[in-house]
Amino acid sequence: MTTTLTPPRAAQRRSLRQVDRRTRWRKLTSLVMRMVLTVTMALACLPLVLILYVVAERGWSVVDLHFFTQDTLPFRLEGGGFRQGFVGSFLIMALAIPMAVVPGIATAVYLVEYGRGRKLAALVRFVTDVMTGVPSIFVGLFVYAVLVIGTVKLGFGTLAAAVAIAIVMLPIVVRSSEEMLKLVPDSLRSASLGMGARRWQTTTKVVLPAAAPGLATGAMLAIARGAGETAPLILTGLGSFTMTLYLVGERQASLPQLIHQNAVQPFEPGIARAWGGALCLVAITVLFTIVARVIAARFARTREGM
Amino acid sequence: MTGTSAETGAARAPHRSLPGRSRGRFADPLFKAAVTTSGVFVLALLAFMIIRTTADAWPIFAKEGLGFFTGTEWTAGQTRDLPNIHGTYGALPFMYGTLVTSAIALVIALPVSIAVALYITQLAPRRLRNPLSYGVETLAAVPSIVYGLWGLLFFLPVVLRPVMDWLHRWFGGVFLFEGPVFGLSYFSAGVVLALMVLPIMTAIIREVFAAAPTAELQAAYGLGATEWEVIRRVLVPRSMSGIVGGAMLGLGRAVGETVAVAMLVGGSQAMGYSLFFAGDTMAAHIFNTFQDALPETVLGLMAIGVALFVFTFLINVLARVLVWRASRFGGDAAV
Repeated sequence: MTTTLTPPRAAQRRSLRQVDRRTRWRKLTSLVMRMVLTVTMALACLPLVLILYVVAERGWSVVDLHFFTQDTLPFRLEGGGFRQGFVGSFLIMALAIPMAVVPGIATAVYLVEYGRGRKLAALVRFVTDVMTGVPSIFVGLFVYAVLVIGTVKLGFGTLAAAVAIAIVMLPIVVRSSEEMLKLVPDSLRSASLGMGARRWQTTTKVVLPAAAPGLATGAMLAIARGAGETAPLILTGLGSFTMTLYLVGERQASLPQLIHQNAVQPFEPGIARAWGGALCLVAITVLFTIVARVIAARFARTREGM
Repeated sequence: MTGTSAETGAARAPHRSLPGRSRGRFADPLFKAAVTTSGVFVLALLAFMIIRTTADAWPIFAKEGLGFFTGTEWTAGQTRDLPNIHGTYGALPFMYGTLVTSAIALVIALPVSIAVALYITQLAPRRLRNPLSYGVETLAAVPSIVYGLWGLLFFLPVVLRPVMDWLHRWFGGVFLFEGPVFGLSYFSAGVVLALMVLPIMTAIIREVFAAAPTAELQAAYGLGATEWEVIRRVLVPRSMSGIVGGAMLGLGRAVGETVAVAMLVGGSQAMGYSLFFAGDTMAAHIFNTFQDALPETVLGLMAIGVALFVFTFLINVLARVLVWRASRFGGDAAV
């Protein structure tokens, strides 16, 4: 074989600097799409800014000391506050948080510490996933059927509302706690077991404390979600015009329920109070969410370092 | 405390120290039983929820049969002799409303959330990535009632109304945008719903994109692909089932969303074909009628609730399966 490499004629070879028209077109497309994505991103942030700004602007003038220390007046009258809403929401959450967090974390412990590779655990995990998507109004209907009129006949009130909110919060606590417990390194468990601790001791004295900040995150996300729920509260607490501290037997107001009641009526003072209530509610839920996410980010970073 | 007593016990009589720990021996199975019970409790709770509400609503289903899903007339009975059902319960208008509003929400939110997820994972400067995803996900923390209030008293009159008027003026001939434009409508509820499901869908789609192996993307870049070509030809095709799953989860949320929709959809059972007509959704109808419902009406609402639950259940199961297959990610699964 005596083929020699013949160099192509110089006239046919294009300069390396010469850019193909197609390449130019491809680069242009890429640039245009980059701009489109950037603009969409900016547009997506706009609603958040608008919501926070409008709620703050319209609610700011209403929220003063009286807003927290007085019950609502009739919609037509200026002044008055949302005291019964704040108290009601506080009582409902105070009951709902332990009802959701204790079984929630226990279930997460089961999933991570005892359920690895078990079919039952996979089923539980799947069901909690599905439960996060159950409409809250359906939860409200269920609690109404069982606790308000049905089997137990508690009537509308704080306890029924708290149970409904707890059911809404439960799957969120389970899923986030599970993720956090998974982050605890197995070396900690092995060390504890190697020292002669039993499994329950390992879980309660080593794993849970190690995961504590993460568990707090999950609980706070769930609280933020639960505090903002409206639909189940109307079906279980019903609402009230005066403050009540009874847990059973008296209708209970709550912050979201009062906002709704004041928003869908025509009188200006009532609507102003609805904005004030919305400002407080957004402040509470957004604050809880941001703090929770910050703790979670720190926690994940320290865990990964281990 | 227990440690010291065990030590001294062991020092005194090594062989007798084992029975001394019997408390610990029983504590282990007890603890396991306790946490297993709470796991099973979650299962039982969901099962009980389904069975109880279905049993309560059974008279309605028994009377209407398939007509519950195909009938267009919903007239709740006004009498109180409960075992007998007097009203007519055809829930089609509410199902139609749920379908239309969720479809609007999905059509708007899906492209936007894909774009946002792409921007955050592929294009954004590294320092901006976390703040941006926090920002979008904070939208998920804003309660539904605040969306309703804001949508009803600010977004609808200030932003949406002009858009609707404009659409009606230029595309009024198309049946979708037929007037008159009143404000409260499928369209306004759907747009606000889109804002509400956007953060959930973004969070999931972002995780799916982030799970794509960097090596594949780098290989495409190495072959000379542009940014857009990598996204279009490599990233999006391999993330397809995750995107679909995220969209379904958003859809599940949109279908079950109550308060904001109840305030914006207008509450009419006319089943209008134009997006600018008022309508009603399943969740919104339950919410709006509950407070002055008679016992028989409550049964009807319970039946709608069961149907709504079945829809969201099916959507969620499908979505979870798709997302699970797409990527094994953690963290934001509970959003």
